[in-house]
Amino acid sequence: MAQIFSPLPGTFYTKPSPEALPYKNSGDPVVVGDIVGLIEVMKTFIEIKSEVPGTFSGYVAADGSPVTAGQVLAELAA
Amino acid sequence: MSLKIVNPGLSTSIQDLGRPGYFHLGIPMGGAMDRFALRVGNMLVGNPEDAAGLEAVFMGPEIEFQKTAIVSVTGADLPIRVDGQLQEAWTSFEVRAGQTLSFEFLKSGARAYIAISGGIQTPAALGSRSTYPIGALGGVNGRAIQALDELPLGYSSNAIAGKSVAPSMRRGPGSPARLRVLPGLYWHRLTEAAGNGFFEDEWTVALEADRMGYRFKGGRSLEFVDREQPFGAGADPSNIVDGCYSYGSIQVPGGAEPIVLHRDAVSGGGYFTLGAVISADMDLIGQLQPHTSVKFDRVDMAGAMAARHERKNLLMKIREELS
Repeated sequence: MAQIFSPLPGTFYTKPSPEALPYKNSGDPVVVGDIVGLIEVMKTFIEIKSEVPGTFSGYVAADGSPVTAGQVLAELAA
Repeated sequence: MSLKIVNPGLSTSIQDLGRPGYFHLGIPMGGAMDRFALRVGNMLVGNPEDAAGLEAVFMGPEIEFQKTAIVSVTGADLPIRVDGQLQEAWTSFEVRAGQTLSFEFLKSGARAYIAISGGIQTPAALGSRSTYPIGALGGVNGRAIQALDELPLGYSSNAIAGKSVAPSMRRGPGSPARLRVLPGLYWHRLTEAAGNGFFEDEWTVALEADRMGYRFKGGRSLEFVDREQPFGAGADPSNIVDGCYSYGSIQVPGGAEPIVLHRDAVSGGGYFTLGAVISADMDLIGQLQPHTSVKFDRVDMAGAMAARHERKNLLMKIREELS
């Protein structure tokens, strides 16, 4: 099991816009550099990319929830 | 060249103590959001307190040193590594030529200050190296640092590793953070209940919080005293005939969410300001993450001056300790 961490504090989003589908669903393949979510802070959206390949297990942080740096956002099965 | 930026972090910028003297022309003072942390960082590495260092917000940069230097990291708790080896914060340490300075995830606070012996020697603009991106002043060609930038360092002969500031003298916000406020010229625009409510409510830092200003939400909306709309003022009760904004002043557009103006703020406009966060507490705002709880405490002028005096004394004590 690999984890994707938030690199900074802010608000986490699992999808690119409120109407869109989540970036990843359980079972989706993930390659290095795939975007799995966004963090909003200081009027900016920062793309969260996976640094490891695997199969997406699910989001740990909810869409629209406040997160801190180092918090687990999502999990992958290697 | 002496510092090579491998990874800039989120928004890492060169900052010194700023460029006061041009606010009347619309050019903000700029400079470190937590001036205390930058001053102490510079003291630790034997620099003048107004030397330019790096302000890293929420995320640390990765920097390859091309020249051996003494370094300190103060302010936010952002664990420090030199070639993978953990280093103490608020303590000077050596980084040898060829080594890389990097950081782990932020633990607390918001902005870490990286002071390097000799100071960063990029060209000054209007007397300061501070980065003001909107005006394209200071920094590296008027912007924050980017990967592959090379930053020149000055000469230093009096820096030593192992200097440290006692934890009791490292200043940061508590939880909830308490910010002291001096009510201002437009206080009479608020009803008594609204004025009291501002100080009673607990606020949280909104996502719209940066070097220009910090927005707070979660408290009750303000109610205004009825008035006849002055000539030249907007129709909203929070509007005034344009006036000057001071560093730390608190505007509340529409009476909804207070915004504390910080180092890179606009110098005037058409919103009333209910007062100002006192200068002694402005550094604390620079260390607030979004979603943090904040309480505002009312002080009078004597209280504000006493707090300023206390802050000066703390700096003096650290100066003596490190000299």
